[in-house]
Amino acid sequence: MSVTLSKRHRKSAARRRNLLLGLLFISPWLIGFLAFTLYPLIASFYYSFTRYDLLSNPVFLGLRNFVDIFTEDPHFGQVMYNTVYYVGLSAPLGVIAAFLMASLLNTRIVGRSAFRALFFFPAIVPAVVTAMVWAFLLNVQYGAINATLQGLGLSTIPFLSSPRLAKPSLILIHMWAQGNAIVIFLASLQDVPRSLYEAATVDGANAWHKFWHITVPMCTPVILFNLIMGFIGGFQNFTLPWLLTQGGPNQATEFYSLFLYRNAFSYFRMGKASALAWILFVIIVIFTVALFRSSARWVYYSGAEE
Amino acid sequence: MGTKAQVSSSSTAVTLEKRERAHVRSVTALIGAVLRHLLLIILALSFFLPFYWMASSALKDDSQVYTIPPVWIPNPAHWNNFPDAWLQYNFNRYMVNTVVRYALPVTLGTTLASALVAYGFSRLHWPGRDVLFFICLMTMMIPFQVTMVPLFIVFKHLDWLNSYLPLVIPSFCGSPYFIFMLRQFFMTIPQEISDAARIDGASEFGILFRIILPLARPALTVVALFQFMWAWNDYLGPLIYINKEALYPLALAINQLRSILAGVGISPLAYPYLMAVSTVATIPILIGFFFTQRTFIEGISLTGMKG
Repeated sequence: MSVTLSKRHRKSAARRRNLLLGLLFISPWLIGFLAFTLYPLIASFYYSFTRYDLLSNPVFLGLRNFVDIFTEDPHFGQVMYNTVYYVGLSAPLGVIAAFLMASLLNTRIVGRSAFRALFFFPAIVPAVVTAMVWAFLLNVQYGAINATLQGLGLSTIPFLSSPRLAKPSLILIHMWAQGNAIVIFLASLQDVPRSLYEAATVDGANAWHKFWHITVPMCTPVILFNLIMGFIGGFQNFTLPWLLTQGGPNQATEFYSLFLYRNAFSYFRMGKASALAWILFVIIVIFTVALFRSSARWVYYSGAEE
Repeated sequence: MGTKAQVSSSSTAVTLEKRERAHVRSVTALIGAVLRHLLLIILALSFFLPFYWMASSALKDDSQVYTIPPVWIPNPAHWNNFPDAWLQYNFNRYMVNTVVRYALPVTLGTTLASALVAYGFSRLHWPGRDVLFFICLMTMMIPFQVTMVPLFIVFKHLDWLNSYLPLVIPSFCGSPYFIFMLRQFFMTIPQEISDAARIDGASEFGILFRIILPLARPALTVVALFQFMWAWNDYLGPLIYINKEALYPLALAINQLRSILAGVGISPLAYPYLMAVSTVATIPILIGFFFTQRTFIEGISLTGMKG
């Protein structure tokens, strides 16, 4: 009896020692989580029900911020339209561009690693530099593209200065900087078993069949991953539109995170900005869950039993 | 006689046909290869030319910028645009701010803390570990914008605005992304190594610093490299917390230079100067990437795949 008790006692002491040791090691994250994630999460939830201008204490408003955003704000509709337009096109187009470029890099080519490095490079260049370079390249008068067009006697294209073309131009720049997705796709393409292609060749499949019936299905898990990253990143897209178009022209590129940033740090409407942030959070969660739900229909997990 | 001749001629026809088919196949393969490389080169140009345009424009003077059709090879090349733009607009100071005040401390903090936390989440067994790790992963889902406002308010009350503390201090709590990445790496190290060290009386900190970290050097390099680059490239973080010009990092300073130059109308040398400082801000990334390409690309595919 006393033996089992002391054994149990020793065991629980060891358990406690392990727990303390574990907590000690993860304590940096735990402190960060409490101070820089959990507290701000709760605080912003509270602020979203208040009017708060930083000068005086928050005033509780109930659901007023949310109701105002959806019913009275004159810009919110335009901002939502811009954001959905941008995300809806940039995420799939970015994934398609990255997948095709990775597939091209995965074929028998000369100098693969040099091409891969070049394709990847735009993804790691500072966003400010990307913005400055494209602002200059796409400049209506002196940009390389329009100056060339003028040199050929053609009319210029107002890429960033026309409300109609500003969003497509930003989407194009997004497709240009797909380095991360390309590298991830390339790794997954190299994991597709050779034997599948060999078997298909024996069955007389042509290159297109092999691409469409083997390569694409085998890569669907990674396509899903990149698509989700594209959607999440698209909703939070800030730096390039902020630097390239400042939300203009005529609010054509006033995206969600720009609108939120302005409310917080230009107008000091901390309550409304928090409400906007929570709406964004909910939208992102709904989108992600919907994508995961849909994945049962189109994502193929080779490890899973059918 | 007749039948024999027939057979032989038909077999000749078969081999001929086969040879022809093989020939056709090799020709289509050749055409395919040529088309693939052509496409690759066009794509490569679309990635290369913007950077070439940036670097070559940095060497121009006004008459070479405002020209139709555009000048691709400036002659004469104005190399002094680089030192002129850089020194005239105090870019040494912004460079020091970026590296010394921001990128280096953040890299140190993130790498150290993430390794410590990843060790606790992978090589120690304790009750509640997996729940907390799951929470840690979930926090990656939270959009930056949700915590942005309260954090700003907290840092304002702490009087940390116009300093790098709001960006540096949280980095010493580790980053979930890198904690995850290092944890995956630590898990691949055999448990026996730790057990042997424990029997020899090593403490857990001793095991982490003397055994695990040296083994995990490639993964740690990826963490440090990525974090340094993110800090170097970061725009939004400094934008929120820093509005004192003397404290600007390169990212803010470059955009400010654009406003300064645009403020005077189309001022002389606006574009060449802007392109010159942009080129200089890109060069460390280019050099770093050149020397660590493999680590870089393995790091990206590692984090993407194991997710």
